[in-house]
Amino acid sequence: MTGTAIVGVGESDLGVTNHSILTLQAQAITRALTDAGLSTADVDGIATSGVSRFSATQVADYLGIQPAWCDSTFAGGSAYEMYVARAAQAIEAGQASVVVISFASNQRSAKSRKLGGVVESHTPEAQFETPYGPLYPISYYAMAAQRYLHDYGATPADLAEVAVLAREWARMNPKAYRYGSEPLTVDDVLNSTMVSTPLTTADCCLVTDGGGAVVVTSLDRARDLRKAPIRILGYGEATTNTSMSQVPLLPTGARESGQRAFAAAGLTPSDVDVIQVYDSFTITVLLSLEALGFCEPGQAPTFVASADARPGGRQPLNTSGGGLSYCHPGQYGVLLLVEAVRQLRGEAGDRQVADASIALAHGTGGILSTHATVLLGEDR
Amino acid sequence: MIEDLRPVPDDVTQEWWDATRECRLLLQRCDECGNVQHYPRAMCLACSSFNLSWIDSAGTGVVDSFTVVHRAPHPDLATPYVIARIKLDEGPILLSRIVDAEGANISCDERVSLDWLATSEDFQLPVFRVSH
Repeated sequence: MTGTAIVGVGESDLGVTNHSILTLQAQAITRALTDAGLSTADVDGIATSGVSRFSATQVADYLGIQPAWCDSTFAGGSAYEMYVARAAQAIEAGQASVVVISFASNQRSAKSRKLGGVVESHTPEAQFETPYGPLYPISYYAMAAQRYLHDYGATPADLAEVAVLAREWARMNPKAYRYGSEPLTVDDVLNSTMVSTPLTTADCCLVTDGGGAVVVTSLDRARDLRKAPIRILGYGEATTNTSMSQVPLLPTGARESGQRAFAAAGLTPSDVDVIQVYDSFTITVLLSLEALGFCEPGQAPTFVASADARPGGRQPLNTSGGGLSYCHPGQYGVLLLVEAVRQLRGEAGDRQVADASIALAHGTGGILSTHATVLLGEDR
Repeated sequence: MIEDLRPVPDDVTQEWWDATRECRLLLQRCDECGNVQHYPRAMCLACSSFNLSWIDSAGTGVVDSFTVVHRAPHPDLATPYVIARIKLDEGPILLSRIVDAEGANISCDERVSLDWLATSEDFQLPVFRVSH
Protein backbone atom coordinates (compact mmCIF):
# COMPACT_ATOMS: atom_id res chain seq x y z
CA MET A 1 0.00 0.00 0.00
CA THR A 2 1.30 3.45 -0.87
CA GLY A 3 0.93 6.79 0.88
CA THR A 4 -0.41 8.39 -2.27
CA ALA A 5 -3.83 9.00 -3.78
CA ILE A 6 -5.63 10.10 -6.91
CA VAL A 7 -7.36 13.38 -6.14
CA GLY A 8 -8.66 14.56 -9.50
CA VAL A 9 -9.85 13.03 -12.76
CA GLY A 10 -11.08 14.46 -16.04
CA GLU A 11 -11.83 13.68 -19.65
CA SER A 12 -11.21 15.89 -22.65
CA ASP A 13 -13.94 16.21 -25.25
CA LEU A 14 -14.47 12.76 -26.75
CA GLY A 15 -15.58 11.30 -30.07
CA VAL A 16 -15.01 13.52 -33.10
CA THR A 17 -13.68 16.81 -31.77
CA ASN A 18 -11.73 18.59 -34.54
CA HIS A 19 -9.38 19.76 -31.79
CA SER A 20 -5.60 19.45 -31.74
CA ILE A 21 -3.86 16.98 -29.45
CA LEU A 22 -2.64 19.77 -27.18
CA THR A 23 -6.08 21.39 -26.92
CA LEU A 24 -7.46 18.02 -25.81
CA GLN A 25 -4.54 17.57 -23.38
CA ALA A 26 -5.20 21.00 -21.90
CA GLN A 27 -8.91 20.22 -21.52
CA ALA A 28 -8.27 16.91 -19.74
CA ILE A 29 -5.59 18.33 -17.45
CA THR A 30 -7.46 21.48 -16.41
CA ARG A 31 -10.66 19.51 -15.81
CA ALA A 32 -8.80 17.01 -13.61
CA LEU A 33 -7.12 19.82 -11.66
CA THR A 34 -10.45 21.62 -11.18
CA ASP A 35 -11.93 18.33 -9.95
CA ALA A 36 -9.14 18.20 -7.36
CA GLY A 37 -9.44 21.87 -6.39
CA LEU A 38 -5.92 22.51 -7.74
CA SER A 39 -4.46 24.56 -10.59
CA THR A 40 -1.51 24.28 -12.95
CA ALA A 41 0.48 26.35 -10.44
CA ASP A 42 0.35 23.38 -8.05
CA VAL A 43 1.71 20.88 -10.57
CA ASP A 44 5.38 19.91 -10.32
CA GLY A 45 5.26 16.55 -12.10
CA ILE A 46 3.98 15.53 -15.54
CA ALA A 47 3.69 12.08 -17.10
CA THR A 48 2.35 11.75 -20.62
CA SER A 49 3.11 10.28 -24.03
CA GLY A 50 1.77 10.28 -27.55
CA VAL A 51 2.30 14.00 -28.08
CA SER A 52 5.72 14.28 -29.69
CA ARG A 53 9.27 13.02 -29.17
CA PHE A 54 9.49 15.12 -25.99
CA SER A 55 5.95 14.46 -24.82
CA ALA A 56 6.08 15.48 -21.16
CA THR A 57 8.34 18.42 -21.99
CA GLN A 58 5.92 19.49 -24.71
CA VAL A 59 2.90 19.41 -22.42
CA ALA A 60 4.77 21.23 -19.66
CA ASP A 61 5.75 23.93 -22.14
CA TYR A 62 2.16 24.22 -23.37
CA LEU A 63 0.84 24.57 -19.81
CA GLY A 64 3.60 26.99 -18.83
CA ILE A 65 5.02 24.65 -16.20
CA GLN A 66 8.65 23.79 -15.44
CA PRO A 67 8.26 20.49 -13.61
CA ALA A 68 10.62 18.97 -11.05
CA TRP A 69 9.83 15.49 -12.37
CA CYS A 70 8.53 14.04 -15.62
CA ASP A 71 8.09 10.72 -17.39
CA SER A 72 7.30 9.85 -21.01
CA THR A 73 7.85 6.11 -20.91
CA PHE A 74 6.30 4.86 -24.14
CA ALA A 75 4.38 1.65 -23.46
CA GLY A 76 1.21 2.10 -25.52
CA GLY A 77 -2.08 1.92 -23.69
CA SER A 78 -0.60 0.56 -20.46
CA ALA A 79 1.73 3.52 -19.92
CA TYR A 80 -0.80 5.39 -17.77
CA GLU A 81 -1.02 2.59 -15.21
CA MET A 82 2.80 2.53 -15.22
CA TYR A 83 2.83 6.30 -14.65
CA VAL A 84 0.69 5.81 -11.53
CA ALA A 85 3.45 3.60 -10.13
CA ARG A 86 6.20 6.03 -11.07
CA ALA A 87 4.25 9.04 -9.79
CA ALA A 88 3.62 7.33 -6.45
CA GLN A 89 7.33 6.56 -6.19
CA ALA A 90 8.35 10.11 -7.11
CA ILE A 91 5.96 11.58 -4.54
CA GLU A 92 7.05 9.20 -1.81
CA ALA A 93 10.69 9.98 -2.62
CA GLY A 94 10.00 13.70 -2.30
CA GLN A 95 10.84 14.44 -5.91
CA ALA A 96 7.39 15.78 -6.77
CA SER A 97 4.26 16.75 -4.83
CA VAL A 98 1.47 16.99 -7.42
CA VAL A 99 1.75 14.85 -10.56
CA VAL A 100 -0.58 15.02 -13.56
CA ILE A 101 -0.87 11.90 -15.72
CA SER A 102 -2.47 12.62 -19.10
CA PHE A 103 -3.09 11.45 -22.64
CA ALA A 104 -5.06 12.77 -25.59
CA SER A 105 -5.42 12.00 -29.27
CA ASN A 106 -7.34 13.44 -32.18
CA GLN A 107 -6.85 10.31 -34.29
CA ARG A 108 -10.41 10.21 -35.63
CA SER A 109 -10.60 13.89 -36.63
CA ALA A 110 -7.06 13.75 -38.02
CA LYS A 111 -7.58 10.35 -39.75
CA SER A 112 -4.14 9.39 -38.48
CA ARG A 113 -4.77 5.69 -37.71
CA LYS A 114 -3.33 3.12 -40.14
CA LEU A 115 -4.30 -0.57 -40.41
CA GLY A 116 -0.67 -1.61 -40.76
CA GLY A 117 0.33 0.37 -37.69
CA VAL A 118 3.61 2.16 -37.23
CA VAL A 119 6.70 -0.01 -37.72
CA GLU A 120 10.06 1.75 -37.75
CA SER A 121 12.25 0.61 -40.63
CA HIS A 122 15.33 -0.16 -38.50
CA THR A 123 13.56 -2.65 -36.23
CA PRO A 124 13.62 -6.45 -36.62
CA GLU A 125 9.84 -6.36 -37.10
CA ALA A 126 10.24 -4.28 -40.27
CA GLN A 127 12.49 -6.97 -41.74
CA PHE A 128 10.95 -10.18 -40.48
CA GLU A 129 7.24 -9.38 -40.09
CA THR A 130 6.09 -6.40 -42.15
CA PRO A 131 6.92 -8.08 -45.52
CA TYR A 132 4.21 -10.68 -44.79
CA GLY A 133 1.50 -8.03 -44.35
CA PRO A 134 0.17 -8.58 -40.81
CA LEU A 135 -2.23 -5.94 -39.54
CA TYR A 136 -0.67 -4.18 -36.57
CA PRO A 137 -1.79 -4.72 -33.90
CA ILE A 138 -4.94 -6.59 -34.98
CA SER A 139 -3.36 -9.72 -36.48
CA TYR A 140 -1.40 -10.48 -33.31
CA TYR A 141 -4.53 -10.30 -31.15
CA ALA A 142 -6.29 -12.38 -33.81
CA MET A 143 -3.64 -15.08 -33.51
CA ALA A 144 -3.94 -14.97 -29.71
CA ALA A 145 -7.70 -15.35 -30.13
CA GLN A 146 -7.31 -18.28 -32.54
CA ARG A 147 -5.00 -20.01 -30.07
CA TYR A 148 -7.43 -19.32 -27.21
CA LEU A 149 -10.38 -20.77 -29.16
CA HIS A 150 -8.28 -23.84 -30.01
CA ASP A 151 -7.00 -24.46 -26.49
CA TYR A 152 -10.31 -24.02 -24.66
CA GLY A 153 -12.92 -24.99 -27.24
CA ALA A 154 -14.32 -21.46 -27.15
CA THR A 155 -16.12 -19.92 -30.12
CA PRO A 156 -16.32 -16.50 -31.82
CA ALA A 157 -19.63 -16.05 -29.99
CA ASP A 158 -17.67 -16.09 -26.73
CA LEU A 159 -15.57 -13.20 -28.03
CA ALA A 160 -18.71 -11.40 -29.18
CA GLU A 161 -20.19 -11.45 -25.66
CA VAL A 162 -17.46 -9.02 -24.58
CA ALA A 163 -18.64 -6.46 -27.14
CA VAL A 164 -22.28 -7.07 -26.19
CA LEU A 165 -21.49 -6.34 -22.54
CA ALA A 166 -19.54 -3.19 -23.41
CA ARG A 167 -22.52 -1.86 -25.36
CA GLU A 168 -24.81 -2.51 -22.38
CA TRP A 169 -22.65 -0.34 -20.15
CA ALA A 170 -22.15 2.35 -22.80
CA ARG A 171 -25.91 2.80 -23.05
CA MET A 172 -25.76 4.00 -19.42
CA ASN A 173 -22.86 6.44 -19.97
CA PRO A 174 -23.88 9.75 -21.58
CA LYS A 175 -20.27 10.38 -22.62
CA ALA A 176 -19.98 7.07 -24.47
CA TYR A 177 -19.64 7.08 -28.25
CA ARG A 178 -22.34 4.38 -28.41
CA TYR A 179 -24.65 6.04 -25.86
CA GLY A 180 -28.05 6.10 -27.51
CA SER A 181 -27.15 3.19 -29.78
CA GLU A 182 -29.29 0.09 -29.98
CA PRO A 183 -28.22 -2.91 -27.88
CA LEU A 184 -25.67 -5.09 -29.63
CA THR A 185 -26.31 -8.81 -30.16
CA VAL A 186 -23.89 -11.69 -30.58
CA ASP A 187 -25.16 -12.10 -34.13
CA ASP A 188 -24.46 -8.43 -34.85
CA VAL A 189 -20.84 -8.98 -33.88
CA LEU A 190 -20.49 -12.25 -35.81
CA ASN A 191 -22.05 -10.69 -38.91
CA SER A 192 -19.84 -7.60 -38.87
CA THR A 193 -17.11 -7.22 -41.47
CA MET A 194 -14.31 -9.72 -40.94
CA VAL A 195 -10.95 -8.02 -40.44
CA SER A 196 -8.46 -10.68 -39.31
CA THR A 197 -10.07 -13.99 -38.31
CA PRO A 198 -11.64 -14.55 -35.87
CA LEU A 199 -11.93 -10.80 -35.18
CA THR A 200 -14.59 -8.70 -36.92
CA THR A 201 -14.86 -4.92 -36.84
CA ALA A 202 -17.16 -5.30 -33.82
CA ASP A 203 -14.43 -7.22 -31.96
CA CYS A 204 -12.17 -4.19 -32.40
CA CYS A 205 -12.20 -1.06 -30.27
CA LEU A 206 -13.49 2.26 -31.52
CA VAL A 207 -11.23 4.73 -33.27
CA THR A 208 -12.11 8.05 -31.63
CA ASP A 209 -10.59 11.28 -30.40
CA GLY A 210 -10.37 11.68 -26.67
CA GLY A 211 -8.19 11.94 -23.66
CA GLY A 212 -8.06 11.99 -19.92
CA ALA A 213 -6.01 13.03 -16.94
CA VAL A 214 -5.59 12.02 -13.32
CA VAL A 215 -3.90 13.97 -10.53
CA VAL A 216 -1.77 12.17 -7.94
CA THR A 217 -0.49 13.55 -4.64
CA SER A 218 0.44 12.40 -1.14
CA LEU A 219 -2.31 10.96 1.01
CA ASP A 220 -1.72 13.69 3.62
CA ARG A 221 -2.28 16.46 1.10
CA ALA A 222 -5.11 14.53 -0.54
CA ARG A 223 -7.12 14.59 2.67
CA ASP A 224 -7.26 18.41 2.56
CA LEU A 225 -8.48 18.62 -1.04
CA ARG A 226 -11.89 18.96 -2.59
CA LYS A 227 -12.83 15.33 -3.18
CA ALA A 228 -12.37 12.22 -1.07
CA PRO A 229 -8.95 10.67 -1.83
CA ILE A 230 -8.81 7.46 -3.80
CA ARG A 231 -5.82 5.55 -2.46
CA ILE A 232 -3.26 3.85 -4.65
CA LEU A 233 -3.19 0.46 -2.95
CA GLY A 234 -0.74 -1.37 -5.19
CA TYR A 235 0.70 -1.64 -8.67
CA GLY A 236 2.63 -4.03 -10.86
CA GLU A 237 3.71 -4.34 -14.45
CA ALA A 238 5.29 -6.71 -16.97
CA THR A 239 6.89 -6.13 -20.36
CA THR A 240 7.04 -9.13 -22.67
CA ASN A 241 7.64 -8.49 -26.39
CA THR A 242 7.60 -6.19 -29.36
CA SER A 243 7.79 -8.86 -32.06
CA MET A 244 4.96 -11.15 -33.13
CA SER A 245 7.16 -14.25 -32.85
CA GLN A 246 9.14 -14.12 -29.63
CA VAL A 247 6.91 -15.24 -26.74
CA PRO A 248 4.03 -17.70 -26.30
CA LEU A 249 0.65 -16.15 -27.12
CA LEU A 250 -0.89 -17.37 -23.86
CA PRO A 251 -0.95 -16.57 -21.02
CA THR A 252 -0.12 -12.88 -21.32
CA GLY A 253 2.11 -10.73 -19.12
CA ALA A 254 -1.04 -9.67 -17.29
CA ARG A 255 -0.41 -12.70 -15.07
CA GLU A 256 2.86 -11.34 -13.65
CA SER A 257 1.60 -7.76 -13.65
CA GLY A 258 -1.50 -8.72 -11.68
CA GLN A 259 0.37 -10.94 -9.24
CA ARG A 260 2.79 -8.09 -8.49
CA ALA A 261 -0.04 -5.59 -7.94
CA PHE A 262 -2.12 -7.88 -5.73
CA ALA A 263 0.94 -8.80 -3.65
CA ALA A 264 1.85 -5.14 -3.17
CA ALA A 265 -1.69 -4.29 -2.07
CA GLY A 266 -2.19 -7.40 0.07
CA LEU A 267 -5.35 -8.16 -1.88
CA THR A 268 -6.74 -10.96 -4.04
CA PRO A 269 -8.99 -10.82 -7.12
CA SER A 270 -12.05 -11.66 -5.02
CA ASP A 271 -11.53 -8.40 -3.06
CA VAL A 272 -12.14 -6.29 -6.18
CA ASP A 273 -15.59 -4.67 -6.44
CA VAL A 274 -15.30 -3.22 -9.94
CA ILE A 275 -13.00 -4.27 -12.79
CA GLN A 276 -11.64 -2.00 -15.56
CA VAL A 277 -9.51 -3.94 -18.06
CA TYR A 278 -8.21 -2.75 -21.39
CA ASP A 279 -10.46 -3.81 -24.25
CA SER A 280 -8.54 -3.03 -27.41
CA PHE A 281 -10.18 -6.18 -28.75
CA THR A 282 -12.71 -8.58 -27.30
CA ILE A 283 -10.00 -11.23 -26.85
CA THR A 284 -7.92 -8.82 -24.75
CA VAL A 285 -10.59 -8.91 -22.05
CA LEU A 286 -10.84 -12.70 -21.90
CA LEU A 287 -7.07 -13.11 -21.73
CA SER A 288 -6.69 -10.38 -19.10
CA LEU A 289 -9.49 -11.64 -16.83
CA GLU A 290 -7.88 -15.08 -16.73
CA ALA A 291 -4.29 -13.86 -16.39
CA LEU A 292 -5.26 -11.48 -13.58
CA GLY A 293 -6.89 -14.33 -11.67
CA PHE A 294 -10.55 -13.31 -11.92
CA CYS A 295 -11.33 -16.51 -13.84
CA GLU A 296 -9.72 -19.90 -14.29
CA PRO A 297 -8.18 -20.53 -17.73
CA GLY A 298 -10.97 -20.99 -20.25
CA GLN A 299 -13.65 -19.66 -17.89
CA ALA A 300 -13.68 -15.95 -18.79
CA PRO A 301 -16.47 -16.37 -21.38
CA THR A 302 -18.75 -17.77 -18.68
CA PHE A 303 -18.07 -14.76 -16.45
CA VAL A 304 -18.52 -12.19 -19.24
CA ALA A 305 -21.86 -13.66 -20.28
CA SER A 306 -23.10 -13.83 -16.69
CA ALA A 307 -24.98 -11.41 -14.46
CA ASP A 308 -21.80 -11.07 -12.36
CA ALA A 309 -20.20 -8.71 -14.89
CA ARG A 310 -23.34 -6.61 -15.36
CA PRO A 311 -25.15 -3.85 -13.47
CA GLY A 312 -25.94 -5.15 -10.00
CA GLY A 313 -23.47 -8.00 -10.47
CA ARG A 314 -20.75 -9.33 -8.20
CA GLN A 315 -17.80 -7.80 -10.14
CA PRO A 316 -19.06 -5.35 -12.78
CA LEU A 317 -16.69 -5.18 -15.76
CA ASN A 318 -15.72 -2.16 -17.86
CA THR A 319 -18.51 0.02 -16.61
CA SER A 320 -17.84 3.02 -18.88
CA GLY A 321 -18.53 0.95 -21.98
CA GLY A 322 -14.80 0.56 -22.53
CA GLY A 323 -12.72 1.05 -25.62
CA LEU A 324 -15.28 -1.01 -27.51
CA SER A 325 -18.25 1.31 -26.96
CA TYR A 326 -17.25 4.39 -24.93
CA CYS A 327 -14.01 5.88 -26.24
CA HIS A 328 -10.72 4.62 -27.65
CA PRO A 329 -8.27 7.35 -28.57
CA GLY A 330 -5.46 4.91 -29.46
CA GLN A 331 -4.13 4.68 -25.92
CA TYR A 332 -7.03 4.04 -23.58
CA GLY A 333 -5.20 3.40 -20.27
CA VAL A 334 -5.78 6.76 -18.60
CA LEU A 335 -9.54 6.44 -19.11
CA LEU A 336 -9.53 3.13 -17.18
CA LEU A 337 -8.22 5.10 -14.20
CA VAL A 338 -10.80 7.89 -14.65
CA GLU A 339 -13.68 5.41 -14.57
CA ALA A 340 -12.25 3.44 -11.63
CA VAL A 341 -11.97 6.64 -9.57
CA ARG A 342 -15.50 7.76 -10.45
CA GLN A 343 -16.91 4.39 -9.43
CA LEU A 344 -15.08 4.50 -6.08
CA ARG A 345 -16.30 8.05 -5.45
CA GLY A 346 -19.89 7.19 -6.30
CA GLU A 347 -19.96 9.62 -9.25
CA ALA A 348 -20.88 7.19 -12.02
CA GLY A 349 -24.56 8.10 -12.35
CA ASP A 350 -26.83 5.47 -13.88
CA ARG A 351 -23.99 2.97 -14.17
CA GLN A 352 -22.81 3.38 -10.55
CA VAL A 353 -21.74 0.14 -8.87
CA ALA A 354 -23.24 0.00 -5.37
CA ASP A 355 -20.76 0.11 -2.48
CA ALA A 356 -17.64 -0.11 -4.64
CA SER A 357 -14.62 0.27 -2.37
CA ILE A 358 -11.84 -1.46 -4.33
CA ALA A 359 -11.24 -1.13 -8.09
CA LEU A 360 -8.74 -2.63 -10.49
CA ALA A 361 -7.46 -0.87 -13.60
CA HIS A 362 -5.38 -2.94 -15.98
CA GLY A 363 -3.72 -1.52 -19.09
CA THR A 364 -2.35 -3.36 -22.10
CA GLY A 365 -0.09 -1.85 -24.74
CA GLY A 366 1.23 -2.73 -28.18
CA ILE A 367 0.68 -6.35 -29.24
CA LEU A 368 0.14 -7.75 -25.74
CA SER A 369 3.57 -6.15 -25.22
CA THR A 370 3.18 -4.23 -21.99
CA HIS A 371 0.91 -4.87 -19.04
CA ALA A 372 0.32 -2.72 -15.96
CA THR A 373 -2.11 -3.11 -13.08
CA VAL A 374 -3.24 -0.57 -10.49
CA LEU A 375 -5.40 -1.31 -7.46
CA LEU A 376 -7.32 1.65 -6.07
CA GLY A 377 -9.44 1.97 -2.95
CA GLU A 378 -11.50 4.25 -0.80
CA ASP A 379 -9.67 6.02 2.03
CA ARG A 380 -11.06 4.23 5.05
CA MET B 1 7.42 -6.86 -54.10
CA ILE B 2 5.59 -3.92 -52.66
CA GLU B 3 8.48 -1.55 -52.18
CA ASP B 4 7.03 -0.12 -48.96
CA LEU B 5 7.23 -3.58 -47.40
CA ARG B 6 10.70 -4.52 -48.68
CA PRO B 7 13.06 -5.22 -45.80
CA VAL B 8 16.30 -3.30 -45.38
CA PRO B 9 18.98 -5.79 -44.27
CA ASP B 10 21.57 -4.71 -41.72
CA ASP B 11 25.03 -5.87 -40.61
CA VAL B 12 23.63 -8.96 -38.88
CA THR B 13 20.83 -9.89 -41.25
CA GLN B 14 22.39 -9.41 -44.70
CA GLU B 15 23.50 -13.06 -44.93
CA TRP B 16 20.04 -14.24 -43.89
CA TRP B 17 18.41 -12.31 -46.70
CA ASP B 18 21.12 -13.35 -49.17
CA ALA B 19 20.31 -17.00 -48.38
CA THR B 20 16.64 -16.51 -49.28
CA ARG B 21 17.76 -15.99 -52.90
CA GLU B 22 18.95 -19.64 -52.80
CA CYS B 23 15.74 -20.80 -51.08
CA ARG B 24 17.58 -21.44 -47.83
CA LEU B 25 15.95 -20.60 -44.48
CA LEU B 26 18.73 -19.83 -42.03
CA LEU B 27 18.70 -19.87 -38.27
CA GLN B 28 21.40 -18.67 -35.90
CA ARG B 29 23.21 -21.19 -33.67
CA CYS B 30 25.50 -20.13 -30.86
CA ASP B 31 29.05 -21.47 -31.15
CA GLU B 32 29.41 -21.39 -27.36
CA CYS B 33 26.19 -22.92 -26.02
CA GLY B 34 24.40 -24.31 -29.09
CA ASN B 35 21.23 -22.25 -28.63
CA VAL B 36 19.25 -21.80 -31.85
CA GLN B 37 17.44 -18.50 -32.40
CA HIS B 38 15.43 -16.40 -34.84
CA TYR B 39 15.19 -13.46 -35.73
CA PRO B 40 18.93 -12.93 -36.22
CA ARG B 41 20.64 -10.85 -33.57
CA ALA B 42 24.14 -9.70 -32.72
CA MET B 43 24.20 -11.84 -29.59
CA CYS B 44 23.01 -15.19 -28.25
CA LEU B 45 19.77 -14.98 -26.29
CA ALA B 46 20.89 -17.78 -23.96
CA CYS B 47 24.51 -16.86 -23.11
CA SER B 48 25.13 -13.40 -24.66
CA SER B 49 27.99 -14.68 -26.81
CA PHE B 50 28.63 -12.82 -30.06
CA ASN B 51 30.01 -16.02 -31.65
CA LEU B 52 27.08 -17.14 -33.78
CA SER B 53 26.93 -19.26 -36.93
CA TRP B 54 24.23 -19.94 -39.49
CA ILE B 55 22.51 -23.30 -39.88
CA ASP B 56 19.93 -24.34 -42.46
CA SER B 57 16.48 -24.98 -41.04
CA ALA B 58 14.90 -28.31 -42.04
CA GLY B 59 11.84 -26.17 -42.89
CA THR B 60 9.37 -28.23 -40.89
CA GLY B 61 7.25 -27.29 -37.94
CA VAL B 62 3.74 -26.74 -36.63
CA VAL B 63 1.21 -23.91 -36.75
CA ASP B 64 1.36 -22.13 -33.39
CA SER B 65 -1.53 -19.92 -34.50
CA PHE B 66 -2.83 -18.14 -37.58
CA THR B 67 -5.24 -15.50 -38.86
CA VAL B 68 -6.84 -14.89 -42.23
CA VAL B 69 -6.38 -11.23 -43.12
CA HIS B 70 -9.35 -9.75 -44.98
CA ARG B 71 -8.42 -6.07 -44.93
CA ALA B 72 -4.89 -5.47 -46.13
CA PRO B 73 -2.59 -2.87 -44.58
CA HIS B 74 -1.45 -1.91 -48.08
CA PRO B 75 -3.63 -1.27 -51.16
CA ASP B 76 -1.43 -3.49 -53.35
CA LEU B 77 -1.81 -6.58 -51.16
CA ALA B 78 -4.58 -8.90 -52.40
CA THR B 79 -6.80 -10.41 -49.70
CA PRO B 80 -7.49 -12.83 -48.17
CA TYR B 81 -4.16 -14.26 -47.06
CA VAL B 82 -3.08 -16.32 -44.07
CA ILE B 83 -0.60 -14.92 -41.53
CA ALA B 84 0.79 -17.54 -39.15
CA ARG B 85 3.23 -18.14 -36.34
CA ILE B 86 5.22 -21.24 -37.31
CA LYS B 87 7.03 -23.10 -34.54
CA LEU B 88 9.99 -24.69 -36.30
CA ASP B 89 11.18 -28.12 -35.24
CA GLU B 90 14.51 -26.47 -34.31
CA GLY B 91 12.63 -24.41 -31.67
CA PRO B 92 12.29 -20.79 -32.82
CA ILE B 93 8.98 -19.29 -33.90
CA LEU B 94 8.80 -17.49 -37.24
CA LEU B 95 6.11 -15.10 -38.42
CA SER B 96 5.18 -16.18 -41.93
CA ARG B 97 2.32 -17.06 -44.23
CA ILE B 98 0.53 -20.29 -45.03
CA VAL B 99 -0.05 -20.49 -48.78
CA ASP B 100 -2.55 -22.50 -50.82
CA ALA B 101 -4.96 -22.86 -47.93
CA GLU B 102 -8.14 -21.23 -46.72
CA GLY B 103 -8.47 -20.41 -43.05
CA ALA B 104 -11.17 -23.02 -42.57
CA ASN B 105 -8.72 -25.74 -43.62
CA ILE B 106 -6.03 -24.85 -41.08
CA SER B 107 -5.85 -25.59 -37.39
CA CYS B 108 -3.41 -24.85 -34.61
CA ASP B 109 -0.73 -27.52 -34.06
CA GLU B 110 -1.02 -28.75 -37.65
CA ARG B 111 2.26 -29.71 -39.36
CA VAL B 112 3.61 -27.46 -42.10
CA SER B 113 6.63 -27.40 -44.37
CA LEU B 114 8.68 -24.69 -46.03
CA ASP B 115 7.89 -23.20 -49.40
CA TRP B 116 8.87 -19.96 -51.13
CA LEU B 117 6.71 -17.09 -52.28
CA ALA B 118 8.24 -14.96 -55.03
CA THR B 119 6.97 -11.44 -54.54
CA SER B 120 9.07 -9.95 -57.35
CA GLU B 121 11.71 -11.12 -59.83
CA ASP B 122 14.49 -10.62 -57.33
CA PHE B 123 12.80 -11.31 -54.01
CA GLN B 124 11.22 -14.29 -52.29
CA LEU B 125 9.92 -14.91 -48.80
CA PRO B 126 9.95 -18.14 -46.81
CA VAL B 127 6.36 -19.29 -46.38
CA PHE B 128 4.72 -22.58 -45.39
CA ARG B 129 2.15 -25.01 -46.67
CA VAL B 130 0.15 -27.57 -44.78
CA SER B 131 1.74 -31.04 -44.89
CA HIS B 132 -0.59 -33.74 -46.17
